[in-house]
Amino acid sequence: MYAITVKDLVKKFGDFTAVDNLSFNIKRGEVFGLLGPNGAGKTTTISMLSTMLKPTSGKASVNGFDIRTNQDEVRKSIGIVFQDQSLDEELTAYENMDFHGRLYRIPKSIRQKKIMELMKLVELDDKKDNLVKIYSGGMRRRLEIARGLLHEPEVLFLDEPTLGLDPQTRNHLWDYIEALNKEKGITIILTTHYMDEADKLCHRIGIVDRGKIIAMDTAENLKNDIGGDVITIVSSEREELYSAIRSLSEIKSVEIHDSSITIGLQNAEKHVAQIVNTASEKAITIESLFIHKPTLEDVFLHFTGRTIREEEASAKDKMRMMRKVRRR
Amino acid sequence: MDIVYTIWLRNVKRYLRSKSRLVGSLGMPLFLLLVLGFGLNSVVVLPGMDQGYIGFIMPGIISMSVLFTSVFAGIQIIWDKQFGFLKETLVAPVSRLEIMLGQTVGGATTAVIQGLIILVLSLFLGLELSNASGFIIAVLFMLLIGLSFTAFGIAIASRMEDMHGFQLIMNFVIFPIFGLSGALFPIDGLPEWIRSLTLLDPLTYGVEGIRYGLLGSSQIDPSISFMILSGFTMIMVVVGSYLFRNISI
Ligand SMILES: Nc1ncnc2c1ncn2[C@@H]1O[C@H](COP(=O)(O)OP(=O)(O)O)[C@@H](O)[C@H]1O
Ligand SMILES: [Mg+2]
Repeated sequence: MYAITVKDLVKKFGDFTAVDNLSFNIKRGEVFGLLGPNGAGKTTTISMLSTMLKPTSGKASVNGFDIRTNQDEVRKSIGIVFQDQSLDEELTAYENMDFHGRLYRIPKSIRQKKIMELMKLVELDDKKDNLVKIYSGGMRRRLEIARGLLHEPEVLFLDEPTLGLDPQTRNHLWDYIEALNKEKGITIILTTHYMDEADKLCHRIGIVDRGKIIAMDTAENLKNDIGGDVITIVSSEREELYSAIRSLSEIKSVEIHDSSITIGLQNAEKHVAQIVNTASEKAITIESLFIHKPTLEDVFLHFTGRTIREEEASAKDKMRMMRKVRRR
Repeated sequence: MDIVYTIWLRNVKRYLRSKSRLVGSLGMPLFLLLVLGFGLNSVVVLPGMDQGYIGFIMPGIISMSVLFTSVFAGIQIIWDKQFGFLKETLVAPVSRLEIMLGQTVGGATTAVIQGLIILVLSLFLGLELSNASGFIIAVLFMLLIGLSFTAFGIAIASRMEDMHGFQLIMNFVIFPIFGLSGALFPIDGLPEWIRSLTLLDPLTYGVEGIRYGLLGSSQIDPSISFMILSGFTMIMVVVGSYLFRNISI
């Protein structure tokens, strides 16, 4: 049985389609990742699955319960860590946990025991009586994860769990998430725009772009799909280079991007000399060249023709522009 | 009930914890009591008021305190929205009615505490309580003001995106409600058109009820005040619940 099923899910804000006909299933005990740039529609999807937002159309169920007709049961089945913080800073960590436990109607004796257990798990037990106000970003995130687990949910939603955290804290959180899944068998659906996070944590990854899932598989398979290794060549004469090397038999795929060309092939080290020779015969200048095993970044590039980082940058530009307009 | 209690508990904890806010919110009412009370005490002579003008406005200032604290407690929902905490409550398997009622009762509790603090201060300034049942009547009316205006605050907060509209509400709704309520002047001597505005103001009945409890006499029959204010409270709770049910985050 599936922990989550999603069929043709759509969310429109006015005439803007934020989530566009999404369909996927998540097995029990699976860690599933939605990977995509800012604005791809990840949070909107999570909001619908957690009953916080009504879908425009489509169907979805969580833990076997329909998200439209059985909201209460869905809510009992899930724990969620929202993208933006959702703690009461004027309360202590323990009080935040206690509030949650009471909301989920956990009897007092069990509640107190479980809170201490979870605060230990996320290593906050010695700071449990501090106001959340004075907690660091990483501590808050850990507290939110502990809180999301207090009522023993079947499914845990993590929306950008490590956004804005330093690398050390991120690694730490990843360990928690892995352990949770392994030891308690909780189904986890997480969203991220960090390639490495999706790669490390997720059994399967759905790559989301502009509200659509453009590829979905294990990280391994996704990377294999683009064919062995990747050679990236930065050059101003991309078109010429493209037609020069296109016919080489070893090459599986060639794609032209804004400032570079990416070539997918097996055993790149062996064939790189041939490619460079071909280029110099045609007097094509190569500014730089590098060979690497494919990453999810290459997968995203392969399917969309853009890098996730480009997306991030343009989103930031947009925001900056909006701020400028507002200031005027 | 346990959910209502949970939300109530959070509100009361937050209120008791923020000492500076608590003390700060006593400034304005105390200032009015002293300046208006002592300033006008010798000038304004009210027939049948043996406690003078200062005695007359004490119930009014107590009402003001309860009014402001409760509206503020209701509007607090907007902060919860902005700081993200509201999501934590809304995603839990509890009904929005329970959340709304918890918030209302919590806000009313803090408002009554605030009113009681002013009442105690008033005792030092010469207020003499007529009897114990009068005190209970006064607290009951404070509670009704607290409940109705916290619900009113929640209704407004459910419709507001951020705090930008707050000043507007304060200046064009809350201050007029206070100003027209007969907290600072007797209703009987007013020109007819102001008098009818005053009688349309729900707070008037709260002020009059508290006045009856504390001073032993009022211009409006306390049972009428009680019925009208109870009715207003029920309407506000219904409207507040309805709007809160459709709150979007
Ligand atoms: N309440 C809303 N009203 C209008 N547009 C929205 C709203 N929420 C999200 N969007 C838009 O929907 C798109 C997807 O947003 P979101 O799901 O937050 O993306 P992600 O979480 O992948 O970064 C964005 O373009 C965003 O601006
Ligand atoms: Mg998001």
